[in-house]
Amino acid sequence: MSPVLEVRDLEIAFGGVKAVDGLSFTANAKEIIAVIGPNGAGKTSAFNCITGFYKPTGGSVLLNGADITGKRPADIAHEGVSRTFQNLRLFHDMTVLDNVRAGMHLYGGQNFLDAIFHTPRFKRSEAHYTEEAHYWLDFVGYRGRRGVPIRNLSYGQQKQVEIARALARKAELLLLDEPAAGLNHSEKQSLLELVRRIRDLGTAVVLIEHDMGLVMEVSERIVVMNFGKEIADGTPAEVKANPAVIEAYLGKDDEDEEVPAHGDA
Amino acid sequence: MTIDNSTESIHTVEAEAKKRGFGAWLSSIFENKYIGLVALGIALLMPFLIATPYALNIMTTAAIFVVLAAGLNIVVGYCGLLDLGYIAFLAVGAYTAGIISKAFQLPVLFTLPAVVIMCILAGLIIGAPTLRLRSDYLAIVTLGFGEITRITANNLTITGGPSGIFGIPGFLVIGDIDFQNPVIFYYLTVIIVAGLVLAAARLGRSRLGRAWKFVKEDEDAAEAMGIHTYKVKLLAYIFGAVWGGFGGMLFASHLTAISPMSFVFLQSALVLMAVVLGGMGNMKGVVLGALAISLLPEFLRDFSSYRYLLFGILLVVVMVFRPQGFWPPKGAEAERTKAQRELAAMANGLKK
Repeated sequence: MSPVLEVRDLEIAFGGVKAVDGLSFTANAKEIIAVIGPNGAGKTSAFNCITGFYKPTGGSVLLNGADITGKRPADIAHEGVSRTFQNLRLFHDMTVLDNVRAGMHLYGGQNFLDAIFHTPRFKRSEAHYTEEAHYWLDFVGYRGRRGVPIRNLSYGQQKQVEIARALARKAELLLLDEPAAGLNHSEKQSLLELVRRIRDLGTAVVLIEHDMGLVMEVSERIVVMNFGKEIADGTPAEVKANPAVIEAYLGKDDEDEEVPAHGDA
Repeated sequence: MTIDNSTESIHTVEAEAKKRGFGAWLSSIFENKYIGLVALGIALLMPFLIATPYALNIMTTAAIFVVLAAGLNIVVGYCGLLDLGYIAFLAVGAYTAGIISKAFQLPVLFTLPAVVIMCILAGLIIGAPTLRLRSDYLAIVTLGFGEITRITANNLTITGGPSGIFGIPGFLVIGDIDFQNPVIFYYLTVIIVAGLVLAAARLGRSRLGRAWKFVKEDEDAAEAMGIHTYKVKLLAYIFGAVWGGFGGMLFASHLTAISPMSFVFLQSALVLMAVVLGGMGNMKGVVLGALAISLLPEFLRDFSSYRYLLFGILLVVVMVFRPQGFWPPKGAEAERTKAQRELAAMANGLKK
């Protein structure tokens, strides 16, 4: 069986700068993969390539063995990829429920004539949307009001809603871009528990994260990037012991020595 | 999964209770779900109050203006596409109805299928190339297309050139009833317009309407949710065009004569003004805005040559004090009731 996500030698260049340079990894169903690396390592660029927001300049992205490289974002979402964004991209003037309903766009179930004439089909489908929205908000542990515009919510709540929206897509692959950024300790703990429950749904979860503690605790495998290149791929224990990773995060012992792999660019 | 029984809907009740006095009274009137029916009732009763040909003419024109504002609200209010050439669709509808009904001496109503098809085509032709652009660029290009439409009508023989088309046959005659009679035509217009306004409002609350609003708020996020932003924008344009076409058909049979002078840029600007003034995205507000824009100059007629000055000052005052428009969308919906919450908790418990 082919893995849910397979990234092969992914490469994207902006002008002369290679933001991602030869990234390869796989993610299986019911697996949590973390992509880590210092700021500017190319993690978000890699996510944007996988989800179609950037067109990769090389390599390929396979979803269940089918090539999705360079397709447009909506088509990739259609194939079964869902994501969150690094800086929350919610629909600010719309209600919490409407934001989660956005994730259900591909459910269909009604056309414009149903909407104009309020057919039973329309009412059924709207009721279903609402019920599902409540279900996913419950799932992520959201406890605030649900009929109010999203801009009235706290940052932590907005993060929850964004995950609920991504889950409502019921995708096989979920990409979380820094889900723990800006959360306090207890919120991080419930996030850990949530990510595990998402995995138990059968989803392949790929997350970008800065918080090493969180990553070590939750992921089955970790991909480490630095300057666009992949420098390690392995279990948390392997990655922790890898000298290249230690170097990337803590710097080298000998400060005078040039690092040839990175160059001056 | 635990759902704690604390905050969820209790705050709402308290907040509602605190809000008292004039503001609460006013908003309870505006948020009343029968307000649309009341407005329709008033429109239907108007001829009993004043039935002078002049008043009926003004009221019919206002009703046609309402359908234009409703159509533009789909494009600008729901989908956030600034269209400065919307009047082009009124022109397409009016000329299609006028040319076909005059050539074949048909009642104008029978041109409806042709009007709808021509407007869908016009929406596609204008929308397909322009909707790849964003915001300001889109506004400029639509402005261009609006002018192109008018100038084309001014120069073609089939559209009658600068003098336009006159002597358009009546809307419909059944036995002794001539729908061209001002009172009957007024009622007919009100009913058609009410239907279209309701349909547009319902579209706004559907899956497609939500997709429009997602695109308006954040195109990239919408795309990530699997929404084909280009297709969705094109659909908004086409719906707007069809609403404009209905307006054009009514316009042509109301005036029985049309000329390029009716489709100048000022008209596009006025419809846009109605949408912005009323409250972009809220169909009720937009209807109110349209009525204000079309009727106020008539009420200010006593001030003769100063009336447009006064009209302008009024608009500026409203925009200064209510930049979001007179009646913006509410942006809220019903919370879950306690019973629903407990039921969901039970169902989730069972699933585990």
